[in-house]
Amino acid sequence: MGLEEKIPSGVLLTSVEKLVNWTRKSSLWPATFGLACCAIEMMASGAGRYDLARFGMEVFRASPRQADLMIVAGRVSQKMAPVLRQIYDQMPEPRWVLAMGVCSSSGGMFNNYAIVQGVDHIVPVDMYLPGCPPRPEMLMDAILKLHHKIQHEPLGPKRAAALAAAQANGTAPDLHVEMPSTVRADKRARRAYEEAAAAGRTGQFAIEQRGGNAVLLPGERP
Amino acid sequence: MPETSPEKRHGGEVEQAGGTRSAPAPRTSRLPGPAQGFGVTFSTMFKKVTTEQYPDEPKVTKPRYHGRHVLNRHPDGLEKCVGCELCAWACPADAIYVEGGTNTEEQRFSPGERYGRVYQINYLRCIFCGLCIEACPTRSLTMSNDFELADDSRGDLVYTKEQLMAPLLPGMEQPPHPMRLGDDERDYYLRAGS
Repeated sequence: MGLEEKIPSGVLLTSVEKLVNWTRKSSLWPATFGLACCAIEMMASGAGRYDLARFGMEVFRASPRQADLMIVAGRVSQKMAPVLRQIYDQMPEPRWVLAMGVCSSSGGMFNNYAIVQGVDHIVPVDMYLPGCPPRPEMLMDAILKLHHKIQHEPLGPKRAAALAAAQANGTAPDLHVEMPSTVRADKRARRAYEEAAAAGRTGQFAIEQRGGNAVLLPGERP
Repeated sequence: MPETSPEKRHGGEVEQAGGTRSAPAPRTSRLPGPAQGFGVTFSTMFKKVTTEQYPDEPKVTKPRYHGRHVLNRHPDGLEKCVGCELCAWACPADAIYVEGGTNTEEQRFSPGERYGRVYQINYLRCIFCGLCIEACPTRSLTMSNDFELADDSRGDLVYTKEQLMAPLLPGMEQPPHPMRLGDDERDYYLRAGS
């Protein structure tokens, strides 16, 4: 939709792509879309103890035109669905949607006629966050995973086509979107996780890192 | 006009604007107003920061935090799950899907007759209430403290048995294998502690 369609792909465009993605991910402004109890946790993550401002996104925009991330926090009823879609349509591109909590991700425990069974029936969702409600760290984890995803998004149709071709023949690098943020922040743990992912042991990874303990008892805390 | 002195209030009265006590509360500070206000800001700079440095410092939850599930193993590596589906029945969100299978002498995954052949938890339905943990008769299903589960596809958040099984610790052996800790399942469940 602009200059990036006209310039040839190459070293310059990949550097520009990295720069653009970096600017996009480091000032992600969320639109306020609190619908239920998850919104309380969303507000808590914006406040001082968890402090989303550390990731450049403390301003929850009440106006969708100034927002580029929609955190759908809470259950979406059938009546709310067209409103949600309209707010999404009013947001300028590029925009992302984070389905926070099980209700907005899949309907959760409200498997009934009143609740939309997953907000991805209405808008494309970029990140699903389980939890009922997710604690603020879980929201931050989902946001950081989304940051990681944004950082590796292709810029322009040529790069997107190249990425799609690489994914088709299996040469695209695995982004490990599901890697926990605390693991990604630690270089040594990240390498261990990549080894575990290659061996198909990501489910056992956290317990193996704790020496076989599923829970941390008070005596053995770091 | 009823008596509204602070000593005689009981909490139900509403402060009236322009009433008998319309004067502002007496100030305790001798500083001018703006200096008193910025004094709060200034003194906060020397207080301990309450912000958690989350991704750099991992969050340690309380030990009983309801996090991701784990399917446990017996000390010899056999699975504790017997495929009874009580967790699936207890689940208020219908997040758990279990299919039992029958153990044979050649293919033994758990002590006793049955084992969980298919075990899936849909984390986009699970509300982490812990009713499945209460329902489990063999303490096979427990919860860990892991909570960083977000992913970008609905399919990947249906965790399968391979992802939920506890890792093999030293001394454990990957099933299927015969019972190592006794002759029958009663040695595992009834006489294990004695």
